[in-house]
Amino acid sequence: MTEGLSRTPLYEEHLALGARMVPFAGFEMPVQYAGIIDEHRAVRSSAGIFDVCHMAEFRVFGFEAFDALQRIVSNDLHKIDEMGKAVYTVMCDETGGIIDDLIVYHTGDLEYLIIANASNRAVDAAWIAAHLPEEVEFVDESDRTGLIAFQGPEAVRIITELTGEEPPARFRIAEARLDGSIPVLLARTGYTGEDGVEILCATSDAPAVWKLLLSYPEIAPCGLGARDTLRLEMGYPLHGTDMDRSIDPISAGLSWVVSLKKGEFIGSDVLAKIKEAGPERRLVGLTVSEGVPRHGYPVLHEGVEVGTVASGTFSPTLEHGIATAYIPSALAEPGTCLEIVVRRKTVSAVVTRPPFVTATSLSA
Amino acid sequence: MNPADLRYDKEHEWVRVEGDTATIGISDFAQDQLGEVVYVDLPSVGDELAAGETFGEIESVKSVSELFAPLSGTILEINDELGTSPESINSDPYGAGWMVKLTLSDAGQLESLMSADEYESFVANEA
Repeated sequence: MTEGLSRTPLYEEHLALGARMVPFAGFEMPVQYAGIIDEHRAVRSSAGIFDVCHMAEFRVFGFEAFDALQRIVSNDLHKIDEMGKAVYTVMCDETGGIIDDLIVYHTGDLEYLIIANASNRAVDAAWIAAHLPEEVEFVDESDRTGLIAFQGPEAVRIITELTGEEPPARFRIAEARLDGSIPVLLARTGYTGEDGVEILCATSDAPAVWKLLLSYPEIAPCGLGARDTLRLEMGYPLHGTDMDRSIDPISAGLSWVVSLKKGEFIGSDVLAKIKEAGPERRLVGLTVSEGVPRHGYPVLHEGVEVGTVASGTFSPTLEHGIATAYIPSALAEPGTCLEIVVRRKTVSAVVTRPPFVTATSLSA
Repeated sequence: MNPADLRYDKEHEWVRVEGDTATIGISDFAQDQLGEVVYVDLPSVGDELAAGETFGEIESVKSVSELFAPLSGTILEINDELGTSPESINSDPYGAGWMVKLTLSDAGQLESLMSADEYESFVANEA
């Protein structure tokens, strides 16, 4: 199982904590430590940290950087004209298919930091680099950048204590020093629905940052299992499961990050047509009465298969199953009653507009 | 660690025999491998089980496992508490986490089950 798999700088830390390791995006990653449900609840009630060092970080720099990126991503980068701001967006190909979803941070004059999915690092790097003019510098910073997500109602208080100052405001990034010594970038972003920060540091400092955070008893180490249940409770899509290159952002429920009025970008003409006509199929949330919906399970309407489950899990907060699935737009109205075939049983599922969980430290 | 008065099978289930009634559950090793149990799908009272065949399913967030009958018999009782508290399978796999009680149809089948020591060796070799 470990052949050909990479390890993050925190690999030894995970083993020392007794983590169960699994392969993910070419890395050996912790899926859980104490248990998915315990970790999930820790993030919702206190705080948790996640090793996401495997994710990709790219730096784009140059006079033409803004204009070039504006043509590559779907969202309007004028939203981050102000230094330190960040925006969530997708990046499409000429057919309107989603190559990846990512966050773009305005980190400096003429400079942007992009954080992207680990599974798409190579594709993203090749695509972005190929679509930048020669004068714009592209650097894949992933190997020398560590990333630890620190999320939960206690996270902001603790990071303030560790840095001696308030972290940046929501969807902003700023430099800081942890414990007076470790230089980091703190991004007030996350994938859990809780407040908190994503901490960027030098790869060599990642173990020190991790250990420093774990010195707080309020903080639990959390794995990919809890990361998935947390994001699905919020309805946050996962590239590779909820969308991929064969799917456009309109169908995927991501119209809100597609700015057709900003001007042309790769795929914009196709997306404009889809938006105009309305997508045939849409990604919807489903609340399940019993059992755990899982990827690939058939979704039925009046006994006829109309789709399959994209993401599915047991929600530790709600204590029942939740899922996403692409179904015909005509059935996408919240409240529509469908069914999911869970192995030998058929259970009822109701179309639900995410988030499934609304009371979090971010919504407070 | 694994109670000495119980018998075990290769599917990581335990059996407690009292006369011709057997109580069945999954072992501590099994619950640890599975993670926090969220649902258990069990048969109904009166159902017939055949040794080696599946009689239900047990699910955690990340996985689903089938339950294999260690012995043949008729279901006498099922643990209704597991509907609301499936996590007792994790916290007390040999006690409150019991799953079904059976009336044995063939006590001879007990011979092929393992003792606690044999089961411990079996687990050590598997892991």
